[in-house]
Amino acid sequence: MNTKNNIKKIIIKKPLKLDCGKTINNYPLAYETYGTLNEKKDNAILVFHALSGDQFVSGTNPITNKSGWWSYAVGPDKAIDTNKFFVICANIIGGCMGSYGPNSMDSKTNKTVGTNFPVITINDMVNAQYNLLEFFKIDKLFSITGGSMGGMQVLQFVANFPDKTKTAIPIACTASHSAQNIALNELGRQAIMADQNWNNGNYFNTGSSPNNGLAVARMAAHITYLSKKSLEDKFGRKLQERDDIKFSFDADFQIESYLRHQGNAFVDRFDANSYLYITRAMDYFDLIKQYNGNLSNAFKDSKTKFFIISFTSDWLYPTSENKEIVIALNAAGADVGFIEITSDKGHDSFLLDVPDFLRSVRNFLEANY
Amino acid sequence: MKKEFKIIADLIENNTRVLDVGCGDGTLMKYLKDEKNIDTRGLEILKNNVQNCISKGLSVIEGDAEKDLHQFPNLSFDYVVLSQTLQAFYNPEKVIDDLLKVANKAIVTIPNFGYWKVRLHLLIKGTMPITKTLPNEWYNTPNLHMCTIKDFFNFCSKKNIELYKSIALKDEKTSTINKANINIKNLYSELGIFLIKK
Repeated sequence: MNTKNNIKKIIIKKPLKLDCGKTINNYPLAYETYGTLNEKKDNAILVFHALSGDQFVSGTNPITNKSGWWSYAVGPDKAIDTNKFFVICANIIGGCMGSYGPNSMDSKTNKTVGTNFPVITINDMVNAQYNLLEFFKIDKLFSITGGSMGGMQVLQFVANFPDKTKTAIPIACTASHSAQNIALNELGRQAIMADQNWNNGNYFNTGSSPNNGLAVARMAAHITYLSKKSLEDKFGRKLQERDDIKFSFDADFQIESYLRHQGNAFVDRFDANSYLYITRAMDYFDLIKQYNGNLSNAFKDSKTKFFIISFTSDWLYPTSENKEIVIALNAAGADVGFIEITSDKGHDSFLLDVPDFLRSVRNFLEANY
Repeated sequence: MKKEFKIIADLIENNTRVLDVGCGDGTLMKYLKDEKNIDTRGLEILKNNVQNCISKGLSVIEGDAEKDLHQFPNLSFDYVVLSQTLQAFYNPEKVIDDLLKVANKAIVTIPNFGYWKVRLHLLIKGTMPITKTLPNEWYNTPNLHMCTIKDFFNFCSKKNIELYKSIALKDEKTSTINKANINIKNLYSELGIFLIKK
């Protein structure tokens, strides 16, 4: 994790009043960019990452040495073509890839912030990232996009700054976290907090982290990103490196082994406290409530051109919830297109090689640039 | 662009707001947007068509007119266009009702089942008519409620829907339909184009 020192950061001096009432200032926001900002500064696309993402959208993530989380969509000649567009992505506040979060060092106590980190919201994340426009001296973005929690940030961004992006592509998201969404997040949080190593969030100096809890949280969440069919197709009841069941609690089945691997790989790159804070922010997200029960009001001043995308097999943020956003935009007289992409790959479809989806994003961007 | 779309476009004033229901690949929308500075939206049921429209920079929503028209606020458009789709709905009466809620005026076009070739096909061959505008077999046609120009004419008068303009189309030639010539037009026209208002 030493290379974390080389992460690009801006220190934001302007105080940010958080929804919880606290104010933060002089906080770091880590970011990465791809492509070149043109002279007119009209080719910038701000990408918002999801729960487990970071600023390393494309290419090789220097921390994990794996491909960036949205490499299928972003890069030279990809759907979001970095030969043409200047792509910016910041690590959200509350995250653990260099931005101000629970694993930041508190200069006063010389300890990590831990659970002294304030409870943040999607609104806070977006307001923090808005500072990037000033930093790059961009008056108006060409587009903003993101899937899942990234899509929620897209919606919040337009609501907060109605004239700061020409287009917006919220993908596989919702305007209001459902009871099912909250329930699944709570499952993950309880898994972390049930791990003795969590120690009320103070684990940085103890030499042991709540890795088991975080891994279980990730395993449970990972199931929600897939569809029943994709699990069936990929794993079925196939056994893991054995000819028959062992009458034990080892990972007999490939799906078990796969999930354990997902869990273990996750703890190497993610902070358990961050997981708590970010899932909380998602649960608190309710743009409908923010606008007094009428989602249309969130978009009533916006000239932004929207393109909403959902996936047939996404049961976490289903088409019906994405369509609610479309309906609200229509009711506000906003400019909106919508497509439901046919895919068996579940919520994760937006991260994977789904040609119809990638083609839609590319076509929309090119037609409007 | 086909003649039908040209006639529809001529019925629409410049600089207005138009919803194209069943907008297909967006040919008409694109024309209205580029040539008449019209703020267009589309509703389309086929994903492929939606993709096509998006790549043309058109704002099109994937959806079913029978379920999704209600999402548009009342009178949020100046015109709503429904080209050769009315006969494919489960409940055309309700769709017309919904169209006239979201827009001040509606332009509805219908393939005429009263066209002489259609009548002759059924009379002589005794099988369901297949023509240029009705190319499908009875077992795979999307059309559930075929009607004639005269049927639609009568429907409007029965429902107190104002017929602003009624145009008959045959071999690229247009003519006006009125009470006096309705029986002739009903026999010789392939397509009826109606500008209606509640």
